[in-house]
Amino acid sequence: MNYVQIIRSAIRALRGNILRTILTMLGIIIGIASVILIISLGQGASSSITSQVSSLGANLIFIVPGKQIPGRPPSASNSLKYADMLALADKTRMPDLGDVSAQVTTQAEVVTNGQNKNASILGISATYANINSLEMNQGEFISPEDESGYSRVAVLGPDVVADLFGEDAHPIGETITIKSRSFRIIGVTKAKGSVGFTNPDETVYVPATTAMKVFLGQDSVQAILAQATDAKKVDETQEQIIAFLLDQHKITDPVLADFTVRNSKDALSIVNNVTGLLTGMLAGIAAISLVVGGIGIMNIMLVTVTERTKEIGLLKAIGAKRKDILMQFLIESIVLTVSGGIVGIILGISLSFLATRFLPIPFVLQPSAILLAVGVSTIVGVVFGIYPARRAAKLSPIDALRYE
Amino acid sequence: MIDKKPIISLRNITKSYITGSAECQALKGISLEVYKGEFVAIMGPSGSGKSTTMHIIGALDTPTSGTYTLNNKNISAYSEDQLAEIRNQEIGFVFQAFNLLPRTTVLDNVIRPMMYGRVPQNEQTERAFECLRLVHLEDKASNLSNHISGGQIQRVAIARAIVMDPSMILADEPTGNLDSKTSHEIMTFLQDLNKKGRTIIVITHESDIAAFANRIILLKDGLIISDKENNRFIAKK
Repeated sequence: MNYVQIIRSAIRALRGNILRTILTMLGIIIGIASVILIISLGQGASSSITSQVSSLGANLIFIVPGKQIPGRPPSASNSLKYADMLALADKTRMPDLGDVSAQVTTQAEVVTNGQNKNASILGISATYANINSLEMNQGEFISPEDESGYSRVAVLGPDVVADLFGEDAHPIGETITIKSRSFRIIGVTKAKGSVGFTNPDETVYVPATTAMKVFLGQDSVQAILAQATDAKKVDETQEQIIAFLLDQHKITDPVLADFTVRNSKDALSIVNNVTGLLTGMLAGIAAISLVVGGIGIMNIMLVTVTERTKEIGLLKAIGAKRKDILMQFLIESIVLTVSGGIVGIILGISLSFLATRFLPIPFVLQPSAILLAVGVSTIVGVVFGIYPARRAAKLSPIDALRYE
Repeated sequence: MIDKKPIISLRNITKSYITGSAECQALKGISLEVYKGEFVAIMGPSGSGKSTTMHIIGALDTPTSGTYTLNNKNISAYSEDQLAEIRNQEIGFVFQAFNLLPRTTVLDNVIRPMMYGRVPQNEQTERAFECLRLVHLEDKASNLSNHISGGQIQRVAIARAIVMDPSMILADEPTGNLDSKTSHEIMTFLQDLNKKGRTIIVITHESDIAAFANRIILLKDGLIISDKENNRFIAKK
């Protein structure tokens, strides 16, 4: 028997009881739509984070103090000194490194003219703007002289300016107070939007030297950011840094290193692991609804087989073999799940398109998700259709003809 | 016109059903032969075993004992799928009720046996139309089966019964649901087909239906009690 003919007769049978068909399909529609929606949003979120992290540059290398063992919280340590940063920045000693910046952070109240705002204070080197592609809206960024001279100068993110001075203010030359020390404003950065877990627009930048001295009273930094000159040689450069710092710290055994070096690729893979895990978990929950939908299909197909017992008897009388009856009912349930799957795909895509209008993530549609959905709905049709179809195929022709 | 070799040969056919612990013998040893071109009516009151005989002749069921030879093939011990093929190739069924697939056009109903019989698809429509023309229903080909009258349904069933060019047409109470005028019409169709050389077996409990046949077999309590030529040909009146 020809498959086109079987599919046509399956569609006819399903159209014969259209309300029941739609209600049965609903389980599959909802299941597939939610799987598509979750996968699409998950990939959107992941690609948004990826693009944010890679906007930092693939050649960015982070050095943080303390040995970091995967799976354990980073140990607080002050083993990374400002002097290490200066040494790394020395081109004659580390020719493969471009810009190098120290970084210390603290959270503090920023006060001016009776206005105040809680902001993160970032102590950095003059090279930081270049490393992080920070652009200036007004004034200048912190200069190497500011850094070496422990200047009390500050560069503000646009949100900080808006909160302290109002929108479109020109605060250059004004003074702000941080932890009862006054700082002169020398620049305002351009709005950038949040990057990962930090928001440069909400940040106050001061020279790392000043921050260490007046806020923290220490000569150690919380991180050193460095740029490899060649993005393709990040791993090699990373090795050079490790060797250099081990030498600098007079440590012979690399296992005992009191610092950790990572690049943005490492950070990216951590982020992707987390979003992947989350997406997988949610998609798994959505898949459960597919199983429930499949059970609904099996239920309805069993009812259909009983209702159409006489029809099965007639078909057997005119020459249908077991295989013919099996295929007819199996294809009927596959047509049911696949058409439910297609409606679900369309619904899922529309919903995720709509959702991305309101969420800060891009609309990502992977063909593999669609293929997966079609595959899964076919499998659901086969798995939950085979038992009713076998029941139909096994009916004896006279019992079926006699059935009332 | 009647061949020497029988197309149907039943030898000592018995059929028992087991219901619970009791065994019920529906057929107690039936032997009969049907030759090509015959028009046979099998009659009997309910419980006489005529339905069981129909099931066995129609290859819908297998006998408990005895042999059934159809077209030189001993099909008594055929498997279910082998019997399905025999039904498809050798037997054209006309039932009392539920003859046609619901929600399906007249044409597709006639095409069905050809779908199972591996008839090339490009021949199917043409052959179906040919058979519908014989029962004067070619203009109803695209009607849905539930949109035609009872008499037309039986005529479509006849068209479907002959579409595979079977050895016999087996009609089980074909007029049971029809008024007498339409019944007469249907029986005349069967008679015409018989005159064109088709072998026809009708199962009925009505003697005026059996009167269309040229041989009447009477069953009672699972045995043949009479098997004779029909002398009064209604067609001659």
